[in-house]
Amino acid sequence: MNTSLRVFFVGGGISYRALFNWINPGIYIPTMLGAPLFQILFFTYLGRYAGSQDDAFFIVGNSIQVAAMSGIYGMTMGIANERQYGTLQPLLATPANRLAIFTGRALPFVLNGLFVSAFGFAVSWLLLDFHPAPGSVPALALAVLVTTCSCVSLGMLIGSIGLRARDVFFGANLVYFLMLLVCGVNVAPDDLPGWLAAIGKCLPLTHGIEAAREIASGSPLGDVAGLLWTEAFIGLAYATAAYGLFRLFETEGRRRASLETY
Amino acid sequence: MSARLFWMGWLFHLKTLTNSLFFVLVSVLQPIIFASIAFFMVESGSRSGTLLYVALGAGLMGIWSATLFGSGGAIQWQRWQGTLELMVGAPPPFVAVLLPLTVATSTIGIYSVVATLAWGRIFFGAPLDFVHPGELFVALPATILSLGMLGLLLASTFILYRNANAFSNLLEYPVWLATGLLVPLTLLPGWVEPIGWVLSPTWGMRAIREAAFGGNAWPEIALCVGLGLVYVALGAIALRNFERLARSRATLSLT
Repeated sequence: MNTSLRVFFVGGGISYRALFNWINPGIYIPTMLGAPLFQILFFTYLGRYAGSQDDAFFIVGNSIQVAAMSGIYGMTMGIANERQYGTLQPLLATPANRLAIFTGRALPFVLNGLFVSAFGFAVSWLLLDFHPAPGSVPALALAVLVTTCSCVSLGMLIGSIGLRARDVFFGANLVYFLMLLVCGVNVAPDDLPGWLAAIGKCLPLTHGIEAAREIASGSPLGDVAGLLWTEAFIGLAYATAAYGLFRLFETEGRRRASLETY
Repeated sequence: MSARLFWMGWLFHLKTLTNSLFFVLVSVLQPIIFASIAFFMVESGSRSGTLLYVALGAGLMGIWSATLFGSGGAIQWQRWQGTLELMVGAPPPFVAVLLPLTVATSTIGIYSVVATLAWGRIFFGAPLDFVHPGELFVALPATILSLGMLGLLLASTFILYRNANAFSNLLEYPVWLATGLLVPLTLLPGWVEPIGWVLSPTWGMRAIREAAFGGNAWPEIALCVGLGLVYVALGAIALRNFERLARSRATLSLT
């Protein structure tokens, strides 16, 4: 196998197992499955109380947003924990292709996010009587995939910042919670003040969730292609910025001999 | 001696927690974000006139989060910091050393209430007209104290679970739901309500709402404090068991 491909797949898999603190079933089940389940229930019932939207609005929004748990927290750990665990220097001492090292880490978290999101939709189907339009599931899966990838890109950016910042998990937590507010997860962008909605439009999730809601209500994939392309481009922009920061901090860290200093 | 121990411990842990960015997030920023979501939802929905209800509920959600994360992992955190042996080895009973810590975790939740009320008032025009302000000034500290006592029970039982922090992640939303902090229990399945009866935030929230919107808050305050005393009794038993096992197996500092 080509060396870079091996670094991408094998290296990505190993880093996922080594750096993702929540992989232990005792943590994974309550955090990655239990918490999303109750998040979906909480906001759906809050929505029923407020009377602002129907159940499907909250189910689709939150079932996709929970993928950000893997994308934001997981990806942040997948990059920033190299520094935390003291493995950043040996990693960067290798001649391995940096793009393969960096992007290979994303793949397991994309798959993880898809799984968590699928779990969210499944429990909503089971507990909240959520039945998307027949035939919409493949398109819905595509929307979830694109959105999860863009969330992982944002996680890459936060993780890259973690190669320099002192407490990156504060930022990761803040971003995760802000996404609940500004990305149309629980409040329609039209109901937000213009400046908050504008922030949401620059973040992953917003366009993907909007597309998924339209798909779930019966729109064909072609009608939401623009939204999904926008979501994909936003993800690409974050991934590019993340890789740029990663290389910048590597160069700076070498120059100042400060790769693992806090 | 005991009062001084409680006061000094509470003050020390309160200052320590206030310096933690994580607890600033949990007790100030997170409640503001959740309150904003709820404000926008009720504004765009059919529940106008419930902004104060939402602000108080979101504030109590913050108190629960601070207690859950602060107390649930209290023993584990002391263990990681290498201070657990000192706490257990100190002359006073371990429960008397730990209780100020857990009450401090619920006390920083007061930032949540202040933050959500101020946020609601400034940005959403939530009215701060409390019908019985005197009762509110009793109900709020009683709720915080009772949650701190619940924190003691959490601290003493979560230690049995290796990944206590993950368990804390799991319990945040369910208790928000089961205690009716934002969503009235009448909207939830009938079997949820009895769960709320044994959780002091249920009675604390009811007491605060009775005080704020008019009603008799004293029975709920009494229930809230009474439940707190039960938590302390149960927590003391669990802690004694934990301490005995840890000493006999020499596992006090092992994670």
